[in-house]
Amino acid sequence: MAEHHNSPTVGTYLAVFSTLMVLTALTVWAAFQDLGPYGDLVAMLIACSKATVVIIYFMHVKYSSRLLWLFVAAGFLFLLILFAFTMADYVSRGWLGAPSSHYLSIQ
Amino acid sequence: MAADHVDHHEHHPYGLAHQFEDMAQQKESVLLGMWSFLITEILFFGGYFLTYLVYRVNYPVAFNEGSHHLDIGLGAFNTVVLILSSLTMAMAVHKSHEGSRNGTLGYLIATFILGGVFLCVKYFEYSAKFEHGLVPGLAWHPHGEQSPQLALFFSLYFGMTGMHALHMIIGAGLLIWLLVKTAKGTYTAEYNAPVEIFGLYWHFVDIVWIFLFPLLYLLGRH
Repeated sequence: MAEHHNSPTVGTYLAVFSTLMVLTALTVWAAFQDLGPYGDLVAMLIACSKATVVIIYFMHVKYSSRLLWLFVAAGFLFLLILFAFTMADYVSRGWLGAPSSHYLSIQ
Repeated sequence: MAADHVDHHEHHPYGLAHQFEDMAQQKESVLLGMWSFLITEILFFGGYFLTYLVYRVNYPVAFNEGSHHLDIGLGAFNTVVLILSSLTMAMAVHKSHEGSRNGTLGYLIATFILGGVFLCVKYFEYSAKFEHGLVPGLAWHPHGEQSPQLALFFSLYFGMTGMHALHMIIGAGLLIWLLVKTAKGTYTAEYNAPVEIFGLYWHFVDIVWIFLFPLLYLLGRH
């Protein structure tokens, strides 16, 4: 219970909601701009920012114990491993001109 | 020993399971347990997102075309609805911490209604896809050179949004259960863990949509 004295206020929740609305409008606006190859990156950066805000404030990670914080971070680390190792495979296929190059590979 | 036992029961806080020392320890365990589940959920949806990434990088033309078939207005509307429902859910948890039964009840009902609005919009979006023949395997009309790759996009669209919608439906079912328990006065300012961990689940479902919206509706729009 000792950790609840610094739990978020209604004002915090409203500020978080407003932030999420602004970021939603921003990502829709950005989708129609010519950002060249950076368009996808901008959309994903905005989505990651929104997710982070939800996790920290709505899901109370900011107000939780260090153990919980570590737990959540570890979960995302494994998500990163899932993406990094799989993409390392797909991206590097065909680099050596091995007979497997007819498999799905990223050009 | 016997006196000690009786004494223990007299001071037993409401809602405390016997295996825990006190409410704080119970709350910590409950939150950690819920996050363990959510991490498996993150990795489960991670598989979908990874598949999407691999195919999108391979077939950018078809995937850009795919996003043009989706209604950006409905997608954005649903994003707003879902984020609003996250706000009402956060408020429900807030009210339950204050021990306000009616406040909790009101915000849970608002969350339920907003979840229902989201699913209704999704229903109309799915119906339109059937009408336009954009459902791989069931009603598929595109014949162009990119048709097989476009079918991949729509398979992922239905897989990802369908699994997300299933989570929403399960969430709505759990909300009804929470509403009944809250109305009965089961939860107090000290014991409200079920409301809090349901909130975590609901916010998680919101996060999945936060990524689905740009990936499916926005990328390749320009």
